[in-house]
Amino acid sequence: MMGWLQRLGSTSLSVFERLGRGNLFLLRILAALPSLVLRPGLVIAQLYSVGVLSMTLIVISGLNVGMVLGLQGYNTLVDFGSEESLGQLVALSLVRELGPVVAALLFAGRAGSALTAEIGLMKATEQLSGMEMMAVDPLKRVVAPRFIAGIISMPLLAAMFSAVGVLGGFFVGVGLLGVDSGAFWSQMQSKVDLYDDILNGVIKSIVFGCVAAWIAVFEGYDAVPNTEGVSRATTRTVVHTAFAVLGLDFILTALMFGDE
Amino acid sequence: MPAIINLLFSIHFVHGHGCGDLQAVRQGALKVSKNNDEPIVKIRSLRFAHGTRVIFDGVDIDIPRGKITAIMGPSGTGKTTLLKLIGGQLQPNAGSVVVDGEDVNKVSRDALFRLRKRMSLLFQTGALFTDLTVFENVAFPLREHTRLPESILRDLVLMKLQAVGLRGARDLLPAELSGGMARRVALARAIALDPMMIMYDEPFTGQDPITVGVIMQLIRMLNDTLGLTSIIVSHDVHELTMICDHMYMISGGKVMGHGTPDDMAHSESGWVRQFMSGLPDGPVPFHYPAPDYADDLLAGA
Ligand SMILES: Nc1ncnc2c1ncn2[C@@H]1O[C@H](COP(=O)(O)OP(=O)(O)OP(=O)(O)O)[C@@H](O)[C@H]1O
Ligand SMILES: [Mg+2]
Repeated sequence: MMGWLQRLGSTSLSVFERLGRGNLFLLRILAALPSLVLRPGLVIAQLYSVGVLSMTLIVISGLNVGMVLGLQGYNTLVDFGSEESLGQLVALSLVRELGPVVAALLFAGRAGSALTAEIGLMKATEQLSGMEMMAVDPLKRVVAPRFIAGIISMPLLAAMFSAVGVLGGFFVGVGLLGVDSGAFWSQMQSKVDLYDDILNGVIKSIVFGCVAAWIAVFEGYDAVPNTEGVSRATTRTVVHTAFAVLGLDFILTALMFGDE
Repeated sequence: MPAIINLLFSIHFVHGHGCGDLQAVRQGALKVSKNNDEPIVKIRSLRFAHGTRVIFDGVDIDIPRGKITAIMGPSGTGKTTLLKLIGGQLQPNAGSVVVDGEDVNKVSRDALFRLRKRMSLLFQTGALFTDLTVFENVAFPLREHTRLPESILRDLVLMKLQAVGLRGARDLLPAELSGGMARRVALARAIALDPMMIMYDEPFTGQDPITVGVIMQLIRMLNDTLGLTSIIVSHDVHELTMICDHMYMISGGKVMGHGTPDDMAHSESGWVRQFMSGLPDGPVPFHYPAPDYADDLLAGA
């Protein structure tokens, strides 16, 4: 019994200690951000590896999710004879929920884990120490550009996911199942609101981007500097980002759409 | 000696063209060499422990300016740790580390970074940036700390690479280098900014005899022509006695002896004599601290 209590105590202490370290780390990154204005090249290079290289995964997944939505949505709507609302259903599901959430989960698996592994390995092979000894702050040179690139990429990737998803829904609904093309688009146009739906979706994806990028760079920087430590950190990035995104999604959805 | 000519050329070249940033760095080194009596590194009653394992227990070390000082000691005594303490990467539990008049643990982070621009550390592992080519690795400190035009930067980097014999390997990635080559690239990077003090962590390990000779000459020559201070950590007693001016031996958290190579060779201390001549039996501990051997074996029975 005592042993159990003791474990509980030490686990929660270490959780809070990590949370504290993570927050301090975030403050230090934020302090390092202004220095990036003079080095846009660093951010652009990261935008490529974090954002552009994630595009294939995002596009293919978005297309699939959109097609499935089209199929499932049609089967339900056709019972009520309102299959021309398919455009609205597909677009709203994607823009409000699936775009930001699924893109963030995919982002954590594709780019977040890579960021963690890269920074963790740089730490394990003393590249970060080497930089510090050369009077170069790794936070400014390595961490901040990756963090910013993550934050910029996430909303763009989520938007791309939604856009491609709508096309997927269109292919299935209009192309295969014979929904009227004009109805598909006009329903979508009249029922999707720029502020309530699209803007809120964008806000979600920005929040998820910040959280995913923060977790990824922190886990890498905080990793135990050896092979096992880096592999654990990479796993933690994916798991923690998933929890954080799903948890935040519920809170944000309640705040944004709760009073409708 | 082509390497020497190139380095001399590099010095002349930089001064001749008055490249602001680099010259400021260089002037730091020159200013230092005028004031020769004060040691560049003063370590006083240093105590440091990794967790519960005490690595240094009251160590006093003076590194004289403008000289080559060797730090020797059995594997695992804390030589690398010592260099990291001097560089301010680790904080001592007690005592002080003063580099060029500044206590590395008391100064602000900015001041520490300014100090680090004037010293460099050749890591035991090389610590090359794996995503950059050999050329870019050597160019890294120059790009970060100076705003030299690309053509001058290119010449400087090629000169440093020429000095370590790897000008032809400039486009390779670190993964395509052998261990010894990687270390030489790290050496070229360590001297890129012409610092006032260079710390070499085992520069000879993994090098063939000819390269060892070239590196020894390079270290001596950099030290004498640029008036900088060198600290070499190594086990190669023979090589060290040939190039260093001063030696420190550390073991068990203490300084076991220090002096010129000549003093050390004729030391009274059995410990120093054993280490210098590499005899297996004597007072130098070979084992990591452990319980009694017999007890340990019997404990499993
Ligand atoms: N991060 C660490 N955590 C705990 N102990 C450590 C750590 N790093 C080093 N040590 C311990 O500190 C001691 C000194 O290590 P250090 O790397 O300074 O040795 P060294 O003298 O450079 O040895 P070598 O000649 O083999 O390179 C070793 O006994 C090692 O076990
Ligand atoms: Mg060592």
